[in-house]
Amino acid sequence: MDIIQWFVAPLQYEFMVKAILVSALVGVVCSALSCYMTLKGWALMGDAVSHAVMPGVVIAYILNIPLAIGAFVFGVGSVIAIGFVKAKTRIKEDTVIGLVFTGFFALGLVLISKVKSEIDLTHILFGNVLGISNDDILQTVIISVITLATLAVLRKDLILFCFDSTHARSIGLNTTFLYYVLLSLLSLTAVAGLQTVGIILVVAMLVTPGATAYLLSDNFDHITLIAMASGVFSSVIGTYISYHIDGSTGGCIVVVQTLLFIIAMIFAPKHGLLARSTKN
Amino acid sequence: MNEISIDIEDVTVAYHGKVALESASLQLKTGTICGLIGMNGAGKSTLLKAIMGFVKPTKGRILINKLPIRQVQKNNLVAYVPQSEEVDWNFPVSVHDVVMMGRYGYMNLLRIPKFHDKNIVQESLERVEMWQMQDRQIGELSGGQKKRTFFARALAQESTVLLLDEPFAGVDIKTEKMMINLLMELRQKGYTILISTHDLASIKTFCDQVVLINRTILAYGNTADVFTEENLSRTFGGSIGDLSLAKNLLTQEDR
Repeated sequence: MDIIQWFVAPLQYEFMVKAILVSALVGVVCSALSCYMTLKGWALMGDAVSHAVMPGVVIAYILNIPLAIGAFVFGVGSVIAIGFVKAKTRIKEDTVIGLVFTGFFALGLVLISKVKSEIDLTHILFGNVLGISNDDILQTVIISVITLATLAVLRKDLILFCFDSTHARSIGLNTTFLYYVLLSLLSLTAVAGLQTVGIILVVAMLVTPGATAYLLSDNFDHITLIAMASGVFSSVIGTYISYHIDGSTGGCIVVVQTLLFIIAMIFAPKHGLLARSTKN
Repeated sequence: MNEISIDIEDVTVAYHGKVALESASLQLKTGTICGLIGMNGAGKSTLLKAIMGFVKPTKGRILINKLPIRQVQKNNLVAYVPQSEEVDWNFPVSVHDVVMMGRYGYMNLLRIPKFHDKNIVQESLERVEMWQMQDRQIGELSGGQKKRTFFARALAQESTVLLLDEPFAGVDIKTEKMMINLLMELRQKGYTILISTHDLASIKTFCDQVVLINRTILAYGNTADVFTEENLSRTFGGSIGDLSLAKNLLTQEDR
């Protein structure tokens, strides 16, 4: 097939143009945040929060308020719950995380199945970027602007917080504030990611680009740019592939992301498997 | 003037109901290098953390230059050099980035360094002979170079109270000598320096004060008066290995 045709043909449909633009935007935002998630060691937290927002999303649907608000409340709420159970019991953190997020997720499932609404469970679980509404696009844009602006302003403080929170505290930075900023951004982007790849795969958007970039550079700025580039690339190419093979969009996006990671893991100039094996 | 710099009064710290430090009192004057000596788990790190305001005492009060800890942090009065184990060495930051973090407390919200900040970072790096290495990612450094980088950050912070947690663990002789010389220079300038250390051998060479700690502060004061066999045996009581080591060191010094 003609390569130009491969890229141009889907653009005759408005829903495809929208889908490509939205998933590209979500790719940028999630990737920017993924650098902090990877370096802070918050992959499991990302998984927990993205699942825990589910009942919030359903309740927001029912109350007819923006999904982001419901997700935000339950995302942050789940982490507070995790912190509370960890502090008050003898149970280890990873157990508490697993316990809390599945509990929230299950509550979401029950709500969806019992409450009469227009919500389609598969759309929440696996995304529905091809059928995204204009309201949802607007919401994604707002979330993106908030997230990118916050990351831009607090960039240095957040890097310091991820790297050395002890020093951050010793120079009077409010690390509790930074913790909740990162957490709030995580909850918000989980909603944005939910539109494109769904709850189950959103953690990939929040982890994989950062991990890929981390193998390719030792400089935080470069890592951020590489992550964002790989995020956009995966989103756009993944959406195209899903069109041509008529397959799951979220699945295609994450498969492309994972392939990029595998390529980086093998061929990265310094931290790749090949470079490491020739060094030894 | 020799004013009180670190002022700890009857401080008790407990984690989850377990007391780590009980009724500790300590006053350190400015222009001092003080060695903090005790076994593992005796409360050295707890004391340092309490001074930094990272753990809240269940009882007692801590003042630095007569100010409570919030004010101390806002005014960049205390710098802390962490143990190497506490740092993520794979983090994508360079030597220069780390030392610049010492200046954040002086910068605006966006943390954009001014000319003055850059100057101080360069000066600090030059003092520990790390300026040539400024672009290295921190994981590529040797143990001594890692330590010097974080020491440079504390210098860049321009805090007159320095807390160092096991600064000589796993460093080369050159680094240890360089840091001791720098610490003695800073003492001349009126800095107050508190060092937790296992290295009893070097205490006498540069610490003018010592604090002996075992769940509480057993004794503190001039090294000549407090660093005695009797006090050390109270500090390391029961731990035969440490005790005989300490005895050896003391007798070697006396010869």
